[in-house]
Amino acid sequence: MSIDLGLPHVGHSGIAGVPELPDDADRQTKRDFTSDQEVRWCPGCGDYAILAAVQGFLPELGLKRENITFISGIGCSSRFPYYLNTYGMHSIHGRAPAIATGLATSRPDLSVWVVTGDGDALSIGGNHLIHAMRRNVNMTILLFNNRIYGLTKGQYSPTSAPGTVTKSSPYGSVDSVFNPVSLALGAEASFVARTMDSDRKHLTAVLKAAAEHRGTALVEIYQNCPIFNDGAFELIKDVDQQQARLVHLKHGEAVTTGNDDAQQVLVRNETGGVSFVPAGEADASRVVTHDVTLDDPSQAFAISRLDGPDMTHVPMGVFRAVERPSYDDLVRSQVLAAVQNAGGPASDDDVSALLRGKDTWQVG
Amino acid sequence: MSTAHVQKLDRVVIRFAGDSGDGMQLTGDRFTSDTAAHGNDLSTLPNFPAEIRAPQGTLPGVSSFQLHFADHAVLTPGDAPDVLVAMNPAALKANLRDVPRGATILINTDEFTKRNLSKVGWDSNPLDDGSLESWHVHPLPLTSITVEALAESTTLTRKEKERAKNMFALGLLSWMYSRPIDATKAFLESKFGSKPAILAANITALEAGWNYGETTEDFSVRYEVAPAAMPAGTYRNTTGNQALALGLVAAAHRAERPLVLGSYPITPASDILHELSRHKRFGITTIQAEDEIAGVGIALGASYGGAIGVTTTSGPGVALKAETIGLAVSLELPLVIVDVQRGGPATGLPTKTEQADLLQALYGRNGESPVPVIAPRSPADCFDAALEAVRIATTYRTPVFLLSDGYLANGSEPWRVPTVTGLPDLRVENATSPNGEDGKGNPVFLPYKRDPQTLARPWAVPGTAGLEHRIGGIEKADQTGNISYDPDNHEFMVHTRQAKVDGIANTIDHLEVDDPTGDAKVLVLGWGSTYGPVAAAVRTVRNTGAAVAHAHLRHLNPFPANTGDVLAQYERILVPEMNLGQLAFILRGKYLADVRSFTRVRGLPFTTIELADKIGHLIEEITK
Ligand code: SF4
Repeated sequence: MSIDLGLPHVGHSGIAGVPELPDDADRQTKRDFTSDQEVRWCPGCGDYAILAAVQGFLPELGLKRENITFISGIGCSSRFPYYLNTYGMHSIHGRAPAIATGLATSRPDLSVWVVTGDGDALSIGGNHLIHAMRRNVNMTILLFNNRIYGLTKGQYSPTSAPGTVTKSSPYGSVDSVFNPVSLALGAEASFVARTMDSDRKHLTAVLKAAAEHRGTALVEIYQNCPIFNDGAFELIKDVDQQQARLVHLKHGEAVTTGNDDAQQVLVRNETGGVSFVPAGEADASRVVTHDVTLDDPSQAFAISRLDGPDMTHVPMGVFRAVERPSYDDLVRSQVLAAVQNAGGPASDDDVSALLRGKDTWQVG
Repeated sequence: MSTAHVQKLDRVVIRFAGDSGDGMQLTGDRFTSDTAAHGNDLSTLPNFPAEIRAPQGTLPGVSSFQLHFADHAVLTPGDAPDVLVAMNPAALKANLRDVPRGATILINTDEFTKRNLSKVGWDSNPLDDGSLESWHVHPLPLTSITVEALAESTTLTRKEKERAKNMFALGLLSWMYSRPIDATKAFLESKFGSKPAILAANITALEAGWNYGETTEDFSVRYEVAPAAMPAGTYRNTTGNQALALGLVAAAHRAERPLVLGSYPITPASDILHELSRHKRFGITTIQAEDEIAGVGIALGASYGGAIGVTTTSGPGVALKAETIGLAVSLELPLVIVDVQRGGPATGLPTKTEQADLLQALYGRNGESPVPVIAPRSPADCFDAALEAVRIATTYRTPVFLLSDGYLANGSEPWRVPTVTGLPDLRVENATSPNGEDGKGNPVFLPYKRDPQTLARPWAVPGTAGLEHRIGGIEKADQTGNISYDPDNHEFMVHTRQAKVDGIANTIDHLEVDDPTGDAKVLVLGWGSTYGPVAAAVRTVRNTGAAVAHAHLRHLNPFPANTGDVLAQYERILVPEMNLGQLAFILRGKYLADVRSFTRVRGLPFTTIELADKIGHLIEEITK
């Protein structure tokens, strides 16, 4: 059974143009996407659950396996491509979105995925991340956020809560944090979502929506690092607490939290922000209806700001999913038009004419 | 009608100098085009400030363009101008020390006001104080004659009229050197077609300049430089940046692959990005990246997908790209990195030339990270160098450095346009099927199983069924490419990557030595853009009856196989470089050769004279 995020139908799918399996082919299974490499994350690491979800989900796309490519940066999460039996590149720290931009732009027949972490994407690779989203390159970016540097053995990251004590912040970190969803919305991302390692169904539903989105889809995945930052998301994983804290976003519906007895609903307040009020006290005209298609990202941004280090309210799901031309489509259409207008691919004579230019003279 | 007498010359060097806003680069370009069309061989040297508009009338704001043309083969833009056109006091002051006594100077006297003189620190006017007595000076009120010639135009302001003074100067020089001005008129028509008043003003000023020479008594001599004897063919004029861009287009065509350029704007390389972005018709994709690192990342991503990935930059950009280039070394994927070198370190001299990135290209990465390096010798040679860079990159699946420089980038020369079908065939195959077996005899794909000849690994692009594999920057096991921390494997892989690059020497020409008498004891060995100045200096020395040998390196890594043998044959080896001796340092280390370094880092090419002097001293030293 899958979760319904209530998303509207999208026009041009993110995987349009990628060769599909022929109808008579055997159905792909999770096994088909599992490589022969031994998985080497620490026991209990949230990455295992995400890997299992991705391996389990990829067959649903019905694509030829060889046309799927995963590109990662550096960090624990970036080992991901080794464990998937697709094409994969484990690149260098922070640069995966740039490399993926070159690949996605030159190869419309590939489904391109980027796997990155909070340090990789938000610290050393921040520039590439925001520009990929600004351009809207057709790729899906999975940002595993464990709020710590794992591979380098536990330093605070751009998403570590202020005061986090680590080896490099023995007195507590004084850094302010990035909210990855707010950052993505500010960077003009056309698709932004958040999900969690331990919620397989929600994770799968979000991955599916992201893959279907044409343009850059940023998916923040809360991921537990039991070694260096265990329990970072405990407040929203704890069954007793989560109901009051989690805000499940559903397109077209009011934004609510809490259980049936103490349900709260999100309303617009006088200052332009949003806040939760008990369901019974809400002024119907002020209730916020979640709409992922709004061109103006302000409402999605306001919802993203509900989240804070104390995790009082944590929105989960798709914040924004708008149609916007993807960069690689635009680039390719310019090249294609230029080639077509000139009568097809360049011949030797065409290249000769280019080399001669307009101003030549003869000798001899 | 002028009664000017016509004198034949075999060569002339002209320098146009003025304020950045005076249009000196355009004037020089036009004179160059007309000279090329006339059939002279030529070489040019633009020299302009990094600031877009430095304060008017000041020394930092001076922009100049030097052109050397002759009835014989021209190797350099010329040491010293025979004619200087100085549009203001700053232009005169900045350039006078380069002008030999007795040479001609055309001066725009209108700009020699007290205020302008004081901007350059002159208390008295050199036009009146006798300080220019040793030169042949033509004082001309260029600005006011131009405005006067345009008196009939009622639509233009005085400022707009003044702006046409560069065309007046061009017309006058064209008359002096018997150049036709029709092509320039056609050029102006295409440039200002939509602004008829400006077009008319420029053409009138151009003609007025020509007529001024023809009708006044000021100029008693006109000159003629006969066409040069050049090999038969179709010629055009080209700058290095343009030839390099065209070379990349031609390489992609001959490789039958799309080309993807990832680039961030940087002086003096941006013109390659500009040029390539116009050629979508040839299947060229250009992506202006968010930074230098993304530029090379985009290129590498495209190479991974089977395209020819190229990034263009200058030294500061190379510093930023280093880690990605190291990744390309480890992934063993094709990649072309064009470094148009400029003066460094840091921002250095953005618009001036230098060759000081050689060691950065060779060694500027972590770990043992061998990268082939090649360098063009002249603006037109940038075309062939681009094809060679693509050949090495695609054949050996390796990043390749192409080291151009500011002098080659902006300098120009006539280029015999090659026939496309005669260019090297650059097609290479992608991997299509498994190349090994697993323990049970099932076919498997081994991404690091090498071609025994080239040691290149297969280029297996995503989308190829059955070859799904994972690569990365962590050390890989031989054959399988799986992560490996095994000590012996690492040692093997480090040696293998080096051996692959060293093996490129098998496919490059031997180092050729030009030693016409065969008894030279001194060898001058150059690389990159010093070719012209070194060849000119060698010619000068030989004209004195002395023997000197000349060789030039296109490949800096690996060196041609016979390099050590060549070095061993000479008593003295001189290596001139626009750095502090980087090639010399490598040659000493690699061949234990006692090479003498001769260096200049002035942001300008060597002069023929300083090189000829140095060579002369070395010859004297051993004959004593
Ligand atoms: S350090 Fe943390 S994030 Fe990294 S593998 Fe171990 S548990 Fe997972």
